[in-house]
Amino acid sequence: MCRLAAITSKDYFSPIENITALETMKEGHDGSGMGLILKGLGGEFEELRDYPILSGICSKNGMHTLDDYLNKLGFKLKYAWTPRIKPVKGISHRDYYFARAYDYPDVYKDRSMEEKEDLLLNTRLTLRKFGESDESIIVFSFYPDVLTLKEVGDPLELCEFFGLEKSTLKAKIIFAQGRQNTNYAINLYACHPFFIQGFGAMVNGENTAFVPIREFLMSRNFPGYIGYNSDSEVFCHILHYTCKRLGYPLTYYKDVITPLKQKEIDARPDSEAARLMKISLRPLCVDGPNCVIAFTPDGTCIMVQDAKKLRPGVVGGIKGKYGFMSEECGLDSIIPERDKAQDVFPMKYDMVIVKPDAQEVMVWNQLHG
Amino acid sequence: MEPASRLDHNHELSVKDLPYIVRWRDDRCKRCGRCTAVCPMLSIEPAVVVKRVLQSEGMTPEPKASRSVTTIVKQTTNIERYCIGCGTCTLVCPNEAIEPEYNPQHKFNFHKNKGGHPYRRGGRRNDPNPSTLDRLRFTRISMLTDPALDAGRHEFRIRTYLGRILPAEELPLKMIDGKLAADNTSGKFIPPVREIYPVMIGSMSIGALSPTMWEGLAMGITYLNEVEGMPVVMCSGEGGMPQRLLKSRFIKYFIPQIASGYFGWDEIVRTLPHMIEDPCAIEIKYGQGAKPGDGGLLMAHKVLKLISEIRGVPMGVDLPSPPTHQTQYSIEESVAKMIQSMSMAWGFRVPVYPKISGTRTAKAVLNNLVRNPYAAALSIDGEDGGTGAAYNVSMDTMGHPIASNIRECYLDLVKQGKQNELPLIAAGGIGKKGNLAANAAALFMLGASAVSIGKYIMQAAAACHGDEMNRCNVCNLGKCPRGITTQDPKLYRRLDPDVVAERVVEVYKSLDIELKKIFAPMGRSTELPIGMSDGISTDDHAIAERLQINYVC
Repeated sequence: MCRLAAITSKDYFSPIENITALETMKEGHDGSGMGLILKGLGGEFEELRDYPILSGICSKNGMHTLDDYLNKLGFKLKYAWTPRIKPVKGISHRDYYFARAYDYPDVYKDRSMEEKEDLLLNTRLTLRKFGESDESIIVFSFYPDVLTLKEVGDPLELCEFFGLEKSTLKAKIIFAQGRQNTNYAINLYACHPFFIQGFGAMVNGENTAFVPIREFLMSRNFPGYIGYNSDSEVFCHILHYTCKRLGYPLTYYKDVITPLKQKEIDARPDSEAARLMKISLRPLCVDGPNCVIAFTPDGTCIMVQDAKKLRPGVVGGIKGKYGFMSEECGLDSIIPERDKAQDVFPMKYDMVIVKPDAQEVMVWNQLHG
Repeated sequence: MEPASRLDHNHELSVKDLPYIVRWRDDRCKRCGRCTAVCPMLSIEPAVVVKRVLQSEGMTPEPKASRSVTTIVKQTTNIERYCIGCGTCTLVCPNEAIEPEYNPQHKFNFHKNKGGHPYRRGGRRNDPNPSTLDRLRFTRISMLTDPALDAGRHEFRIRTYLGRILPAEELPLKMIDGKLAADNTSGKFIPPVREIYPVMIGSMSIGALSPTMWEGLAMGITYLNEVEGMPVVMCSGEGGMPQRLLKSRFIKYFIPQIASGYFGWDEIVRTLPHMIEDPCAIEIKYGQGAKPGDGGLLMAHKVLKLISEIRGVPMGVDLPSPPTHQTQYSIEESVAKMIQSMSMAWGFRVPVYPKISGTRTAKAVLNNLVRNPYAAALSIDGEDGGTGAAYNVSMDTMGHPIASNIRECYLDLVKQGKQNELPLIAAGGIGKKGNLAANAAALFMLGASAVSIGKYIMQAAAACHGDEMNRCNVCNLGKCPRGITTQDPKLYRRLDPDVVAERVVEVYKSLDIELKKIFAPMGRSTELPIGMSDGISTDDHAIAERLQINYVC
């Protein structure tokens, strides 16, 4: 199993909080890697909200290739952030960790967000391809107001390695995953949280329906549905497919990954639509023990469980700050002052939703639609 | 010179040339005559022999020969009356005095063409080797990283869809107050889709089957639906259905089949206005796995009163369906038209799908159907399927195994992103060795949305004698000793339809448990694991490569 720690807040906070939470849940991960996604960035990125940020790791050669390619496309570097690396035993140092904000190429200035998103995605995929064989370029995200950091190692040691205690890096939504490597090789692209065009997700569990889902996504004729070094990456892409490609409201994500029985659908006010969807999206039913924590481009955070509920997950906090954690102790370490009686443990029909600015927890029940 | 054959019987066969040798025990037989009376082929008959017995009763050997006339049970060597090994004699013998024994050295195929008539029979391909399906294992076992499910306690949904499924992008949905709703004003055609149990009973006609067998299956299916809540459906086969059933509410559990002879369709069309429910679907038969390229055949022996009425034909004539539909000149036009005509007959409320025999050209058919928005599915019948009557040469040598055929069709759909749009139904040899659940589950994981069974249910529900060693296999002659494939009342009265129905229910209930026992350790319960090819493996490298699954050893 892995351990997940997501926090959404109305104020900026440091990723140290997520890492502290992961540390308290250490029994659930083996230190085989950590991934961080920061959204709603503060600090030095606050003023750069509209500029896409490319996050990744490069070798020296890779950086030349990357620069050449982005220059050729017309991207203009606005700001470059690199962590202050402090050597830590056991963590191998790669050449260049970075998060760089760019200005769009001139021809894209007046284009729609849709077109800009496609440009960013295709650019990221091309860079990924450039560096795939020799790991000279590893890119995690290229999107406005989103920064991603990933590396192999124990979360606390990685925190020291990246110098996060002293960093000014802050955000309003931070997702962190402490990895428990299971049946797949350690690969940074297999490390959660996953990201695509504004949607991010991390998952605790194993996805038994991975192969048919991967085949379905890869045959959607959408360039971003590739990779799948981890069976969990599909959860992020299903969210993207449901909300962005199909344009369904967020709650239908639950109907796609864990569809109701026909009898239950009949009782829903939108039964006809739910029935048609269930049939047409049958290959996306996840059918595994999974706890999914995700965010959408507008900064809404959700937690859903698989219908068989075999993975831990809890949501709790105070007005203005909520945590989505694998375990209670994770929440205790971050928001000890909350009323524990109000903690929500989503069950098989629930989708827990916290909107941007973290004012309240809403629980949507699938049975009622 | 006069040949000496009359003296030494040189042109006759010996029992060693025949596929089964009847082992009869003189010491046990009480000469009741039941075995000779019951033998469907008249292969054994009472005969009289002279016995010479040597006896010596005194203190010293004084052998005396005495001769007596006694009756025996004799096996004929007339190839027209060869022993089929059915074992009905053994069944009726009160003293266990008689039993047919398979003769592996037989020369049957060299001789069974008297009069220039090639050997015709019923049954299945005579190949006792395990099929590819039996060489597949389920090797993705959930344990610690992903706890296995409990087959006994977790809720499982073992269901599938029959019908053309629209891609999500084309669903006529609109948003009302943040919720999705079906847009009924869009004018978009939403094809009918049925939710069914993924193991169907395949097409076996009334005519090929006896009235008692067909009735037993139909009752079993109805019970499963109405009482057990298992939506198992059954295809009629070519030859129509009783009016009573067509007009009943139970027709929704049945799939009437139209084939190249159109037998029975006059009656169905006439009944249409009186039907109160739609059938589950309509199957258009273009081919049959057991005898590809050959039409259906109901031999004259089986065309008795009931059959002639249902099919609308005279009694006692051979009913050969042409190898292909007479109107068929291209898949683009005539097949499409036929699918559309059948859809139109029921107001586009009933899924209509074609069934073809397994073939290397299946992908071409598939791709045409993919482009036809009214095609509801594609059923592919592999070479291990059964038949009521066919030429031996067709059954033994023609056809395509189902495993690789279904896999390549599924992967082709995946390439086009249409794997959920056109369901594939696999048939032909499922449960050949009795492993029904395992074979069905393996086919789902290779990409089938559903499977069809025929022989398995005949064996399990009515103890059909047939096997891959050419045992029995006289379905074509109307002599079925079990009463399964005969129209002779003397024979079909042996079969109690209630017992058949009960067995059908038992088979499906146990199948359901076995499927759960496969799916639970693999962590699948909500949806059928269609295309979950990482779940299966084989110890044969070539099979693994061809099916694109794991090789294990």
